[in-house]
Amino acid sequence: MRIALHALPWLVAIGAYFAMPEQLPLLSAIAIAALFALSLDLLVGYAGFVTLGHAAFFGLGAYVAGILGQQGWGEPISGLLIAAAVAALLGLVTAPLVLRAGELAGLMVTLGLGLMLYEAANKAAFLTGGADGLQGVEIWPVLNTWRFDLWGRTAYLYSLAVLFLLFLLAQLIVRSPFGLSLRAIRENPKRAAAIGIPVKRRLAAAYVIAAAYAGIAGALLAQTTQFASLDALSFQRSAEGLLMLVLGGLGTLYGAVIGAAAFTVAHHALSEASPQFWQFWLGIALVALALLGRGGLMGALRRMTRR
Amino acid sequence: MTAFLSVLLDGVASGMLLFVLSVGLSVTLGLMNVVNLAHGAFGMVGGYVCVVLLNRMGVPFPLALAGATVAAGLLGLVLERTLYVRLYRRDHLEQVLFSIGLVFVLGATVDWFMGARQQLIQLPEWLSGRVEFWGVGLGRYRIFLIAVCGALVAALHLGLVRTRFGAQLRAAVDDGVVARGMGLPVPRLFALTFTLGSALAGLGGALGVEVLGLDPTFPLKYMVYFLIVVAVGGTNTVIGPFVAALLLGIVDVLGKYYVPEVGAFIIYTAMVVLLLARPHGLLKRADA
Repeated sequence: MRIALHALPWLVAIGAYFAMPEQLPLLSAIAIAALFALSLDLLVGYAGFVTLGHAAFFGLGAYVAGILGQQGWGEPISGLLIAAAVAALLGLVTAPLVLRAGELAGLMVTLGLGLMLYEAANKAAFLTGGADGLQGVEIWPVLNTWRFDLWGRTAYLYSLAVLFLLFLLAQLIVRSPFGLSLRAIRENPKRAAAIGIPVKRRLAAAYVIAAAYAGIAGALLAQTTQFASLDALSFQRSAEGLLMLVLGGLGTLYGAVIGAAAFTVAHHALSEASPQFWQFWLGIALVALALLGRGGLMGALRRMTRR
Repeated sequence: MTAFLSVLLDGVASGMLLFVLSVGLSVTLGLMNVVNLAHGAFGMVGGYVCVVLLNRMGVPFPLALAGATVAAGLLGLVLERTLYVRLYRRDHLEQVLFSIGLVFVLGATVDWFMGARQQLIQLPEWLSGRVEFWGVGLGRYRIFLIAVCGALVAALHLGLVRTRFGAQLRAAVDDGVVARGMGLPVPRLFALTFTLGSALAGLGGALGVEVLGLDPTFPLKYMVYFLIVVAVGGTNTVIGPFVAALLLGIVDVLGKYYVPEVGAFIIYTAMVVLLLARPHGLLKRADA
């Protein structure tokens, strides 16, 4: 029964490939958003550390993979790994700054760092293409076999495979002693420190892991769309990631995936009506989620299955 | 040299505006420990009320400013009593989500009724044009801004230092638990301060249409500026945020004028550096 429940989302994801061949770009977007939300879940959901600038790592990963592809190294999997490494490095450098400042100021430092990177990418047009985005990205076939095609078949299966592997890894992480210590920090940092958990170091590690995850998500976006733009670094993206996560349910891993799917589909459907319409309902959803408490879709599912 | 003085004056004027826009946030953040990213939305609402009153109904400018102040203050009062009050004891993630959501809702609503374009206002005759002082051309509106905002700074400072309400407010910011224990009506102070802060933001938004611009992205665009003022200025004085806003306005305008290629990067860097160097401007109060 448990295994069937765990397999269900992935069977749905594979089924969607056959059922909706004309919606594959949307499905890829869901997989990438899910990976981004997953990275936030590790940091916000498990370690309880709120960030407003997580798009910095997503965008950095996107630009790294994109620039590699543009400069003649289009091998996708090494591209993902390099993007992850660069994003993790940025995480490693900024973690002491963010953690040093304390809770409220730390929140603002994440916001400031995100905006700094956005502005830097905007001004460094020789490298990033500035407001026009990064043009001329060429990505080689995955494992030298599967080309990125016009319909987005390869893009979707590739994104889904990466998401699946990283999801399994995340599951290992959160169930490890390390993951448990993160939860202890979330529940009560002072007690966690009292029982001997090195709080700052664990938080820094979570921050770096989340940065690498976000970097891979951004790199996936750049590789599958063969394009990178300032959108990837925007505050809007950081905020949307948080919303997906809270919509799905914090600290559950599956919540990140379900939230990303629900969010992306709703975005697709509502913004066709009009952009203001979408923004309005997005805002209403945020306010309602904040006021009605957490749990999200996963919480609702749990309550249903418990009955 | 004269060009420099003109630019400097622009910087002072926009710093004063930033002060009026963000002083409410500095008090509410210190008093209630709420991460309110939606503070700029009250400024935006004030700006739009002013534009509608002035351009569509032909109300005189001073009355339009008053209308903007009252409208933003009322909106603040209603939202504080109905929604914000539920968030005081929640964690920061929920406050962040709530206030971003509020920004989206208000921004989309304004966009729906007024469109996404920049709003322009027609200033009255007595405020447009320039006057010469010792060979330096100064915009009349800039001088008007500095006079109005300077008077507000003085009034707020005296209000906080000299009045009974000010003393209660300072006590509540310093230590809410003890203030409550001494019988101070802390929830009522919350509501009053929130209303006043929103009203000031509305006034700032209305005064700023001409200087800062106004479109539905206003709250997000200036969010960082407000947060810097709060972070640098501290939460228990009027003078702290005032100095911070003034510096910010001057650096921002000088930067945009003399090194435009760097853009907003300076401001964001300054924010991060100041937060790291002086987290206590903000944190000492907020964490207590």
